[in-house]
Amino acid sequence: MSRAIVSIQNVSKLFGSITAVDDVSLDIAEGEFFALLGPSGCGKTTLLRMLAGFEIPSSGRIMIDGQEMEGIDPNRRPVNMVFQSYAVFPHMSVTDNVGYGLKVTGVPRAEIDKRVKEALALVKLDGYERRMPGQLSGGQRQRVALARALIKRPKVLLLDEPLSALDAKLREAMQLELVRLKNAVGITFIIVTHDQDEALSMANRIAVMDRGRVVQVASPAELYEFPNSRFVADFIGKINLLEARVAGMENGRLLADAVGIGRVAVPFSGAAKSEIGLAVRPEKVKLDRSEPAVGRLKIRGRVREIAYYGDESHVFIEDGAGLTITANVPNDARTTQGPVAVGDEVWVSWAPADTLVLTE
Amino acid sequence: MKTGMLAEAGKAIGTATRARPKRRVLPLDYARRRSIQALLAGIFVFLYFPIVALVAFSFNNSRRNVTWQGFTFDYYVKAFNNASLHEAFTNSLIVAGVSTLISTALGAMLGLALYRFRFPMKGLVDGWVSLPIVIPEICMGVAMLAFFAAMDIQLGLATITVSHIAFTIPFVAVVIRARMAGFDQSLEEASRDLGAGQWQTFWNVTFPYMGPGLVAGALLAFTLSLDDFVITFFTSGPGSTTFPIKIYSMVRFSVTPEVNAASTVLIVLTLTLTVIAMVIQGRSGKQMVGK
Repeated sequence: MSRAIVSIQNVSKLFGSITAVDDVSLDIAEGEFFALLGPSGCGKTTLLRMLAGFEIPSSGRIMIDGQEMEGIDPNRRPVNMVFQSYAVFPHMSVTDNVGYGLKVTGVPRAEIDKRVKEALALVKLDGYERRMPGQLSGGQRQRVALARALIKRPKVLLLDEPLSALDAKLREAMQLELVRLKNAVGITFIIVTHDQDEALSMANRIAVMDRGRVVQVASPAELYEFPNSRFVADFIGKINLLEARVAGMENGRLLADAVGIGRVAVPFSGAAKSEIGLAVRPEKVKLDRSEPAVGRLKIRGRVREIAYYGDESHVFIEDGAGLTITANVPNDARTTQGPVAVGDEVWVSWAPADTLVLTE
Repeated sequence: MKTGMLAEAGKAIGTATRARPKRRVLPLDYARRRSIQALLAGIFVFLYFPIVALVAFSFNNSRRNVTWQGFTFDYYVKAFNNASLHEAFTNSLIVAGVSTLISTALGAMLGLALYRFRFPMKGLVDGWVSLPIVIPEICMGVAMLAFFAAMDIQLGLATITVSHIAFTIPFVAVVIRARMAGFDQSLEEASRDLGAGQWQTFWNVTFPYMGPGLVAGALLAFTLSLDDFVITFFTSGPGSTTFPIKIYSMVRFSVTPEVNAASTVLIVLTLTLTVIAMVIQGRSGKQMVGK
């Protein structure tokens, strides 16, 4: 990992008696596309605002580009921010908006003109120079906000829920666009989002936050396939969770008695308490008419409901004891008839290696 | 008349029910009723006929203002050549101009402070500030007079101006505060984030946003000051007669078309200013669309 451009050291933030950010330490490397992911109220935006200088940490310290940030005003920090509301100045043209950051710091007119042109080209807004924000769409206004921040050539670009105000199609396009921009300018991006798809598809590293704390920091694939807690497993993607009681270890495998299945053996290294959760992702669950091969974890049940999404169907299977398992079945054949129907009796099964052992 | 209207209304409801049996009459549909339209027209006549009559009779070619004798501009010429009316008008413009400038500046700061900051006893300050809006003008006038007398200050244009500033500030503050309620504070943060200091942020971002509110507030202050009678009556001294007071003293002699002509000028002036302000607001409003 290259050197840390942002170093957050034991930072806490209290609003009155409420702890918004609780003893967070993070190192973000130069050139990373880093995401702060968590449900609303988890402190991710407060953390971002502390980096920008709009909030002052109650304790701990923040280093940006090797420099201590305490007592440094927002206008003197080597970071720029894209606001959730875009905060495009409504009384200024696109050109004036984008050039604003250079104008207020006394950059000569000729240089401003040149750099505004470059910045607008970068976000593909050439030809919109004279427009007023009121004449732009939401997506275009966001591009103005991006250009306006990037023109300052910050060490780090902070993005606060940048896509939440866009409609679904545009959001997907902007996700790709942001990654392209990031690669084009080569600076560090830190994005705050509550949308796991956004974080997974764009970031190369994600910090999952819950109630002011960082729960796990990992790459998207690692977070999805190896979550370190029930919270992360549940927040990122969907899971089928079975409560289980540990029975012992055997040849690097964990023996447990799970609700609905009975005695299972799954690969596991580490320490487990007596009560654990066994989980499996819905797309790793297979459906069979006949009993699956020995060694797979399996439950027999009846199809209760099918939710059709076009590319795949989510099949909900209920066993006799009231346990519900979701299986995502790809619709890979061109037919209106699904592989199973409501009321069918089926076997659900998955490989022991696909089982998540959740100890936290 | 009353029963006729009721019957008509009943008939209208009857037809509506027959034509659209399942649809309830919505409040917005009431304006389609002929009876309601007639009522509306009646109200408008009641409100505006006196003003229309006032303007019309300013062109009346008669010394008395009772019957229509023929069209003339004579009384406008006469009013224009009336030196004391001229002086009163100038006085009014001076008072209104100076008090508007000062009360807009102070009121804007007050409105901004009330919008922006939290401080101890803010509720009290808030109520205190808007007191001049609810306090009867006559009390305000007497209080002002008592104050100036106690301070041994000579009554004149200066005392009128000070009183006008005092009672127009809250109006400006209220308008500015209402304008700021729709302000997105992240605009200021964005400005700071992009490298601007506090003052640069105020002048580049906050002040332009306040613009329409400033225009509206200033205009309100100007018109309030221009046509104020009660407070001015108490705080004016010899030789500091304003336009409304002059008109009042003219009426005491007789209501000639000259008075009508002078009043019409005042109406036209206020109307023009209001239209200008609305156009300015409309224009900046268009720019702000889709903030």
